[in-house]
Amino acid sequence: MPHRPLSRRQFLTRSGLPVIFAASLPAGVQLLGLSAAPDPTLPGKHPGLTILNDRPVNAETPAHLLDEAVTSADRLFIRNNGIAPAAPPADPAEWTLRIAGEAVPQAVTFTLAELQAKFRHHTYQLTLECGGNGRKEFYPPARGNQWSTGAIGCPAWTGVRLRDVLEAAGYQSDRAVYVGYYGRDTHLSGDPDKVVISRGVPIAKALEDESLIAWAMNGQPLPLLNGYPLRLVFGGYPASCSGKWLSEIVVRDRLHDGEKMGGQSYRVPCTPVEPGATVADADMCIIEQMPVKSLITSPKTGATIAPGTKLNLGGHAWSSGPAVTEVAYSIDFGSSWQPCRLAPPVNRFAWQQFSATVAFPEPGYYEVWARATDAADRVQPMVLPGWNPRGYLNNACHRIAVKIA
Amino acid sequence: MRILIVFAVLLTLAYSCSEDAPAPAIPSDPDRFVVDGIDTLTGLIAQGDYLLVRGNCLACHSANLITQQGATAAGWREMIHWMQEKQGLTDLGELEEPIVAYLATYYAPVETGRRRPLGEVEWYRLNTDQAD
Ligand code: HEC
Repeated sequence: MPHRPLSRRQFLTRSGLPVIFAASLPAGVQLLGLSAAPDPTLPGKHPGLTILNDRPVNAETPAHLLDEAVTSADRLFIRNNGIAPAAPPADPAEWTLRIAGEAVPQAVTFTLAELQAKFRHHTYQLTLECGGNGRKEFYPPARGNQWSTGAIGCPAWTGVRLRDVLEAAGYQSDRAVYVGYYGRDTHLSGDPDKVVISRGVPIAKALEDESLIAWAMNGQPLPLLNGYPLRLVFGGYPASCSGKWLSEIVVRDRLHDGEKMGGQSYRVPCTPVEPGATVADADMCIIEQMPVKSLITSPKTGATIAPGTKLNLGGHAWSSGPAVTEVAYSIDFGSSWQPCRLAPPVNRFAWQQFSATVAFPEPGYYEVWARATDAADRVQPMVLPGWNPRGYLNNACHRIAVKIA
Repeated sequence: MRILIVFAVLLTLAYSCSEDAPAPAIPSDPDRFVVDGIDTLTGLIAQGDYLLVRGNCLACHSANLITQQGATAAGWREMIHWMQEKQGLTDLGELEEPIVAYLATYYAPVETGRRRPLGEVEWYRLNTDQAD
């Protein structure tokens, strides 16, 4: 990214400018954000990703590019709230992680090299999905990046257990309520004093076996835009809980109150509301578990096949912890459903592969819909689930168009 | 698209090497960047007070956040106030009204219903001989 964080003085100078027309800004400033065409490729990323925004970088993966069982690093979506560090150190010894907060009597700092040397390494395939995945479909429209279906992926993550690190830091289990993070990204305004995002998870989630402080994706260092060199990964929770460019973890004795924990961010109405309703902040509750969902990744939507031939259908299904127990498909808009073959997850919070061989009765236009059910008996809805002001948690059935001709 | 980026880069260079380039033309002729009704520098619809949005809304993020969005005047005002309260956006003074009016006119909500049709399908021929 061509952006360098500003010093405090530069920021003040810049923000003090009487901004009337962009063209009146001094050289080097006027083109910030002035690009109709987002950079067609992102460093380290597949050129097929759909770039929703170039500043901050937000890009999603078309369904057919997510066909792999283990998502390649270059295909994992990017949801950045701020600007990634311009030049993170190449030497892991130079990257530090501080463990502090009310429930840590004496703050402790580890270098990345120390984390790697001191603690046991674990690798899990963990599904990471943006809380706003599917926002595009909400009406009245919800605020923020208009994600369609591609803010999801399931790579293999390697790191150390957050639990092991918190224990080594001597956290007080009787006081700990919530774990929050801070990262080394920069606020969009360039103001070095503004926190971009600081979210986290309840202590019980933090202590799970699969809750990682990770430095590798599929055996390689994390891509810069996905948090290089260090990040949190919590499967089954909104991806915004999994802080990137991780610099500090706080073990709080209360609900974490960092940036984008409160207000309406990553929250939904505590009780259902009518579409378009205005909801007071006090009536919005934090999203924890993500809903059961599935995605058809093969074939790509738009396939035209010859009459009398069959279609090999494939994709993934996931839930927030309980495994997916059933995936079904329909070619008649839900009038009838046929079962898919379904593989077990490689570990908790990993997505599962489904497949089916689909026959069509006669030529014409069809939609193939997929619907997953999890072990808690939750089923994906065919229409949009409850409207909410920020457009989170859309787990409506995914569908592709197919023509027999 | 690529051409636009190259163009934008050239423009930056033009600002920094003034002996080679004439004075920037945006203030005197802002519409020279308009192609098919779109301001090619930003992607904004080049109607009404788009220059106010170009001048006041793109210091932190690109216009993609705006052009993706649809909202009513009240919705736009709420977003602006949220950015002022939380994200460091300055008071827009008397510019707020024309900015909100532009946004609510050109980036209004588009009715989609509970599930819209699968539009914009790119059809292709899939060989299914292998299927069993
Ligand atoms: C001082 C910095 C700053 C300026 C100037 C600014 N914004 Fe923003 N804006 C932000 C930040 C930060 C976000 C959140 C981005 C994210 O989460 O990806 C945002 C988000 C948005 C969004 C998405 C809504 C959401 O909830 O994420 C829209 C739309 C938007 N801005 C429009 C505007 C408009 C219109 C203007 C001009 C009146 C403007 N912005 C000026 C900082 C700014």
